[in-house]
Amino acid sequence: MINSKTTHTLSVYVSNKPGVLARIAQTFSRRGYNVESLVVSPAIDGNFSRMTIGVSGATEGLDQIIKQVSKLIDVLHCSDHTFDDAVTKEMGLVKIAVGSEGRGEALQIAEHFGCKAVDLTEKSIMLQVVGDPDKIDALMGMLQKFKIIEIVRTGKVVMSRGIETT
Amino acid sequence: MEKITMDGGQAIMKSLEAEGVEYIFGYSGGSVIPIFDAMMTTNTNIKFVLVRHEQGAAHMADGYARATGKPAVVLVTSGPGATNVITGIMTAHMDSVPMICLTGQSVSWMIGKDAFQEADIFDISMPVVKHSYLLSSPNDIPRTIREAFHIATTGRPGPVLIDVPKDMSAGPMTGDLHAEMDIPGYQTHENGEINAEHISDIAEALSTSKKPLFLVGHGVMISGAQDAMREFAEKLNVPVTTTLLGKGAFPETHELSLGWLGMHGSAYANKAICDCDLLVNIGSRFDDRILGDPSKFCKQAKIIHVDIDPSEIGKMIQPDIHCIGDALKVINALMPHVSELNTTEWLRKLDGWKEKFPFKFKRQGELKMQHVIDEFYKLSEGNAVVVTDVGQHQMWAGQFYKTDHANNFLSSGGAGTMGFGLPAAIGAQFGRPDDLVICFCGDGGFQMTLFELATAAIHKLPIKIVVLNNHYLGMVRQWQELFYEDRTHGVDLEGNPDFVKLAESYGIKGFNLRRSGDVRRIINAALDYNEGPCLINCECEKTDNVFPMIPAGKPIEDMLIEAPKPHVKLEKPTGST
Repeated sequence: MINSKTTHTLSVYVSNKPGVLARIAQTFSRRGYNVESLVVSPAIDGNFSRMTIGVSGATEGLDQIIKQVSKLIDVLHCSDHTFDDAVTKEMGLVKIAVGSEGRGEALQIAEHFGCKAVDLTEKSIMLQVVGDPDKIDALMGMLQKFKIIEIVRTGKVVMSRGIETT
Repeated sequence: MEKITMDGGQAIMKSLEAEGVEYIFGYSGGSVIPIFDAMMTTNTNIKFVLVRHEQGAAHMADGYARATGKPAVVLVTSGPGATNVITGIMTAHMDSVPMICLTGQSVSWMIGKDAFQEADIFDISMPVVKHSYLLSSPNDIPRTIREAFHIATTGRPGPVLIDVPKDMSAGPMTGDLHAEMDIPGYQTHENGEINAEHISDIAEALSTSKKPLFLVGHGVMISGAQDAMREFAEKLNVPVTTTLLGKGAFPETHELSLGWLGMHGSAYANKAICDCDLLVNIGSRFDDRILGDPSKFCKQAKIIHVDIDPSEIGKMIQPDIHCIGDALKVINALMPHVSELNTTEWLRKLDGWKEKFPFKFKRQGELKMQHVIDEFYKLSEGNAVVVTDVGQHQMWAGQFYKTDHANNFLSSGGAGTMGFGLPAAIGAQFGRPDDLVICFCGDGGFQMTLFELATAAIHKLPIKIVVLNNHYLGMVRQWQELFYEDRTHGVDLEGNPDFVKLAESYGIKGFNLRRSGDVRRIINAALDYNEGPCLINCECEKTDNVFPMIPAGKPIEDMLIEAPKPHVKLEKPTGST
């Protein structure tokens, strides 16, 4: 049954109540969907929060999950922005082991991707990158030639373009 | 704004009274003592029923709600008290039954520290509730209870759990007893506009159909649309089949009725599904018990799905047309747009099948469960509230006790919870004290909750408890016989007690029924007995099987109308259970 796997970006607007995240997570896991990224932040009105959820699984059936998430009492709405004209951004930090020898090349790559070096030591550089997830993937690819010590990504956030709310 | 000082327990009782609660079914324990105390100090009119096991309380509240349409309250203590109601909550959730479950909890500062009788019931119950709360201030009690009742009873009903830490019920409540609800994310689709385009699409589809069929579910009764449904079907002259839980949504003795469909439903309803050209589902969720193989279900027909829950549309079956809304509102919206269809030929064909493939059994020889049920149907003139447990007897009760009125056939459909029958019958009798309640149980399910005999006896509830006893878990044995080359295992209930003596030890009148020839006499005696509950132990044929049967996961076309010949080897079913 499961085919055409895509990573979907869902935006969920919720009441700021205990358990709301657990309820949403359960809805996904029960139907075999894997949450790949999750960002929760307070909305303008502090009684509500905005979640941006990256989820992978069959496209068929995702509609069903969106309806089930929407049905949760603490969820005001849930929508899929995967194919929308929306702005999707993510931030990543990457730490590479690099001494004086490769530093120049590393910083060149960083500059190309618009990264900031946020920490620099004799043996390491930490870079901060902001952009759409593909750009961050590409940067990580380019940095493979160095020894990557660790990577942390925030997960993507999404916002609809224009005057409409997400 | 009315500010009063009382304790949380008293606020709970006042809030429950404001919701019109008639009964609380429950069991006491350390963390709920303040609530029990509040029943005394508020001198409440709400009646408390002390059960013998928390699962019983949940099924009683469930039976009460199914029989009356009103929610009842379950009140149990923390830890094991709370976990013991999970089966009952899940049973109600699967069948969209409203219920409010109050669970005690440790004091809030001990939560998460493995306190005595602490269980994280808020999280444990999450997948089986419509919604749940963990109280964090006594002042939230009135609003929370109001919201809980609103959520449990509106839209698609379901159970709501409120976890009450002991310091919430014991602490002072200084908030507003009439606090407003605050649930901006809750949309019921109950009062929403019915989509006019969908209505005209459905009316159009009906007008061009030659072989239309209504499939009616529990949703029609939840909506109170049974009379409108009847008028609608009569106006159009369209036949009606119901789901098992839909029994009563349309009178089964009506000439347009095909009875209920599905795995053990009528052969003629199932044949109609395979032959209709338009299937209009109102208030059923296309459960797997009626679909067989979903990918082959009703392929020849156009399908319309009417449901109040948008997440049911396309979950199992992708309809050609759908309409979201309350069944009564949708039917009322459709009514002016439809007129009588020429279905004479279609109805004649269906009548032919009704005549050719009736439900049947032999009245001679060993005592048959069907015979007992059929005789109860006749002698009670079809007017009883029938409550079943789960298994073969449940299917036969569906087949042989025809249901003409809404909320008169109560059964655990979605969950298939053994042990549901007796406590649910007790709840139903509390809710409908003037009606005859007959509880059909198997010997397996009965033993799962038989301790509630005490509850029935104490309150002198005149329930007819019919134990259809074949000393087997008959439905599983039937599967083993048919699909597993008769390797019966784990189904022989040797060691059953003498149920009549057991009943008598609770002060309950008992009857033994062993011979086909005695059926009428003993049932008459049981029906005449009105001093309280009575139990009729029926020693039935051990290895009878239920037919018709659609093997799980098979297309409806593969229905076995009768027992296959002994040499026929059937494949193991691919569908769920």
